[in-house]
Amino acid sequence: MSISKTCAVIDYGMGNLHSAHGALQAASPDTDVIVTGDPELIRKADHVVLPGVGAIRDCMAEIRAQGIDQVVEEVRQERPLLGICVGMQAMMDRSEENGGVDCLGVFPGEVRFFGNDLQVNGESLKVPHMGWNQVRQGSHPLWDGIEDLSRFYFVHSYFVQAQKPHQVAAQCQYGVEFAAAVAEDNVFAVQFHPEKSHTAGLALLKNFLAWDGQS
Amino acid sequence: MALAKRIIPCLDVDKGRVVKGVNFVGIRDAGDPVEIAKRYNDQGADEITFLDITASHEGRDTTVHMVEAIAEQVFIPLTVGGGIRELADIRNMLNAGADKVSINSAAVYNPDFVREASEKFGAQCIVVAIDAKQVGEGHWEIFTHGGRKPTGINAVEWAAKMADYGAGEILLTSMDRDGVKSGFDLGVTRAVSDAVNIPVIASGGVGNLDHLVDGVTQGKADAVLAASIFHFGEYTVQQAKQHMADAGIEMRLV
Repeated sequence: MSISKTCAVIDYGMGNLHSAHGALQAASPDTDVIVTGDPELIRKADHVVLPGVGAIRDCMAEIRAQGIDQVVEEVRQERPLLGICVGMQAMMDRSEENGGVDCLGVFPGEVRFFGNDLQVNGESLKVPHMGWNQVRQGSHPLWDGIEDLSRFYFVHSYFVQAQKPHQVAAQCQYGVEFAAAVAEDNVFAVQFHPEKSHTAGLALLKNFLAWDGQS
Repeated sequence: MALAKRIIPCLDVDKGRVVKGVNFVGIRDAGDPVEIAKRYNDQGADEITFLDITASHEGRDTTVHMVEAIAEQVFIPLTVGGGIRELADIRNMLNAGADKVSINSAAVYNPDFVREASEKFGAQCIVVAIDAKQVGEGHWEIFTHGGRKPTGINAVEWAAKMADYGAGEILLTSMDRDGVKSGFDLGVTRAVSDAVNIPVIASGGVGNLDHLVDGVTQGKADAVLAASIFHFGEYTVQQAKQHMADAGIEMRLV
């Protein structure tokens, strides 16, 4: 019998989870990090990560086809759950990508397109929002020890517009102000890629794996 | 709060070793890719790009293992280019831990490959590399085969077409400047950056830190790529970022 904690990175067939696995493992060498699509293993894990890349329509189709929606619904009642990038977007009510896609509805709010004529001070901004941007933190244990306005790595063309201000756990600005993180109870979700965000990202993942889900 | 411009050290890799040539010939050994990638990561590099210049298939397996080894230890975005010709090549590199792949000649021979790749894996991981040479006033043409083969394609129009086809980013190298250390070709950098609505990485010609500044302020690049100024210890990535920040450019300083 192992006493070490486990973390399941949910694999629903959308892209490479090597980085997420490697970064979580590096952030907490004592945690047993697994990449799996097996609902039973996910249900047994102490911490669960919902990643995501690519188009939301394909992500949601796989999430539903493999019963991951049910698993997420169960996990979010009781255990620390971290959504990353499209994993965060999938937790909202709905996305306007691919002509409109219904999502999991863990958080009320919509996922919207940055648009092709995004501007700030007359300069047009490139889409996707790609690179290192500053994140203004809210109050949450997952930010412990990370300096406010630290930069994280983003790559996305759609952003989260959260409906409930108290659920916004961090803000970012790129032509518009958007939610860089949302949180409620034991669920935390980020638009950026902590697994690609160097020391600040590893610190956040370490905080997540040490978190008991109380905010 | 604003998005930072990026510095991307580039490692040309041949059979598992980092090399750097001048004008794509005259290759000089610069060391072990895993060690070098870790060093740049520690120095605050924003991403790392590998260009695999290995010709043989056996050599390519070495590259896959190299990417795996680096992805285990380096937690910033990794791009791999060189020899990406099929969807399977992209899948192999992404599975090994690359975040993006850079497509060069294969895009020229078959533009639809870029569209397929973008639909399959997402625009965020598809970089289209353009090797451009100036052929006239305000006119740049694409060359393949390490700069030896002209294609007759206008580089600026090509960049716009690739953005339409689903490229997530353009890696623009001036073949006239590559390895020459006289600075980026700011004309083509600016022209391409103005022509597309996706990020542009300027490459080819960096000899000092002011060149990096010029690439952003005059070339309007979103990221700057350099190799030899970092490999041989002339400058650290940290010094380069500080220099750019001192020039008023938004940078991530760590």
